[in-house]
Amino acid sequence: MAEYQNIFTQVQVQGPPEMGLDPNGTLDRERTKSATFSSLAGLFGNAQLGPIYLGPFGLVSLATGLVWFFIIGMNFWAQVDYSPALFMRDLFWLSLEPPAEEYGLGMAPLDEGGWWVIASFFFLVSIMAWWVRTYRRAEELGLGKHVSWAFASAIWLVLVLGLFRPILMGSWSEAVPYGVFSHLDWTNLFSLTYGNLFYNPFHALSIAFLYGSALLFAMHGATILAVSRYGGEREIEQIVDRGTASERAALFWRWTMGFNATMEGIHRWAWWFAVLTPLTGGIGILLTGTVVDNWFVWAQVHGYAPLD
Amino acid sequence: MAQLSFEKKYRVRGGTLVGGDLFDFWVGPFYVGFFGVTTFFFAALGTLLIFYGVALGDTWNPWLISINPPALEVGLGAAPLAEGGLWQIITFCATMAFISWMMREVEICRKLGMGYHVPFAFSIAILAYVTLVIIRPVLLGAWGHGFPYGIFSHLDWVNNVGYAYGNFHYNPAHMIAITFFFTTCFALALHGSLVLSAVNPGKGKQIATPDHEDTYFRDLVGYSIGPLGIHRLGLFLALSAVVWSAICIVISGTIWFDQWSAWWDWYAELPWWADL
Ligand SMILES: COC1=C(OC)C(=O)C(C/C=C(\C)CC/C=C(\C)CC/C=C(\C)CC/C=C(\C)CC/C=C(\C)CC/C=C(\C)CC/C=C(\C)CC/C=C(\C)CC/C=C(\C)CCC=C(C)C)=C(C)C1=O
Repeated sequence: MAEYQNIFTQVQVQGPPEMGLDPNGTLDRERTKSATFSSLAGLFGNAQLGPIYLGPFGLVSLATGLVWFFIIGMNFWAQVDYSPALFMRDLFWLSLEPPAEEYGLGMAPLDEGGWWVIASFFFLVSIMAWWVRTYRRAEELGLGKHVSWAFASAIWLVLVLGLFRPILMGSWSEAVPYGVFSHLDWTNLFSLTYGNLFYNPFHALSIAFLYGSALLFAMHGATILAVSRYGGEREIEQIVDRGTASERAALFWRWTMGFNATMEGIHRWAWWFAVLTPLTGGIGILLTGTVVDNWFVWAQVHGYAPLD
Repeated sequence: MAQLSFEKKYRVRGGTLVGGDLFDFWVGPFYVGFFGVTTFFFAALGTLLIFYGVALGDTWNPWLISINPPALEVGLGAAPLAEGGLWQIITFCATMAFISWMMREVEICRKLGMGYHVPFAFSIAILAYVTLVIIRPVLLGAWGHGFPYGIFSHLDWVNNVGYAYGNFHYNPAHMIAITFFFTTCFALALHGSLVLSAVNPGKGKQIATPDHEDTYFRDLVGYSIGPLGIHRLGLFLALSAVVWSAICIVISGTIWFDQWSAWWDWYAELPWWADL
């Protein structure tokens, strides 16, 4: 009855570390020079940790990201009068808020949202530099730019929340605060203010793609593990030269639900579901308060909410 | 038409759990089997009852159609058909159809010589559904705590149940569930992207290898989980999202009754810093 299901790697083979390909002889210089192994990681995935590539954009991204983190952290410390105990106690309740509405899109005094504006600027630089990094790492290895364009979709949502929508609304106060509970309060209030976000069709689409992403990854992860005894995880090889693993995977779904993907196609489904989640979500946020004031009323007008 | 070019050699007898050869056949692309018959039976019956319920209701607007559970006063008893009884039978049909579907997947796995990961994963989804419409209502003592079957009516239910506990985002299990959902979406984007970028490098370029994939993620973040690991991770993340979703709702009203934001008071009130 008990059968091998390939949940963990049973036998770990360890050779010399793979230090990475270098098609044009330009990459090694920027890489760390060693790698280590973790047999704990090796139970689940690759055991090798490192090397990592630094490079100018990695450096800029890391530095500005740290500045963003540090500004928020120091504001938290200031809010608790630099008491370590209070800092630990109140950590989840602490928040760096954007400026009040009266400052519009201008600068505010540092302790009234000014730090928020400065931190956000560094955050912006950091994610942009990271985007360039995803692009250049792909370019120099001769890969497609699919990671970068997917990342761009996530950046779109971030920019809508912290830049585009505040600009359209005319005030930084519309942006999301930096804090654990405070950003949850913001989310809650946002829905209440604009008449229940569940009636925002783009919000609905975004959730459908989010849940769809979980569904797809459960389906795909499970399928590949189930055919790993036929080498199913060697996906590139299966794409260019279809083997019995792909055939069984496809037939499983065809026999179950009447249609199937291919080894390459399933990754297109995956890419689009994941990318459309923040893409549609961003559209939904951008329209809220700028074009639509109350989604419930809007739904009534458009025939999908009860009139009474 | 219905068969793929390589399908014929896989369409062989055997692997069934129930009924031997009796139901061992296909209809179009679908495998039937004993559990295909039970799936079909419960799905068809449930669908018919939904249409019956809608015909009794006051709208055919697909967004607003709703089959509601019984009133809370009914408790765990049986309700008249038009007053929640249909919801009760439909819930039973849905649960049986889902379980049949899972068992049919098991038979298909056996036929194809595959592991049982997909039906196992599906069982977790069934568990989440059953938690919402059976386990939690039973724990709370009324079928009326189940959610209504309708597009916007179920969203209203989520909305109302959420606000019954203040800001539901403060529910720690809900936090974990959402984090897993976002992480699943993120990991799915990375995995889909990486495979596509390896086999679609652009015009005139040669396609890449798993070594390129490893190199890309090691360069980017210092670790590549590898082609097998990513599928384990994806399955783990997705299933965790579902499990924690089920947990976050089943603890609401059974072991926690207050605003969820008040749950965190224990932390602020830890003895060593409560009086600071
Ligand atoms: C690498 O690898 C991989 C692949 O490949 C290479 C893959 O592809 C995939 C799969 C992934 C995709 C194809 C991507 C797209 C997927 C999604 C976006 C996910 C979401 C999917 C959907 C939204 C589709 C959902 C569709 C479904 C569920 C199909 C609907 C099914 C039916 C309409 C038929 C159901 C079949 C049944 C019930 C069983 C058989 C029954 C019949 C055929 C009907 C006839 C019945 C009988 C003969 C029985 C008689 C009945 C009786 C006697 C009772 C009568 C009773 C009455 C009351 C009438 C993955 C993951 C993968 O990693």
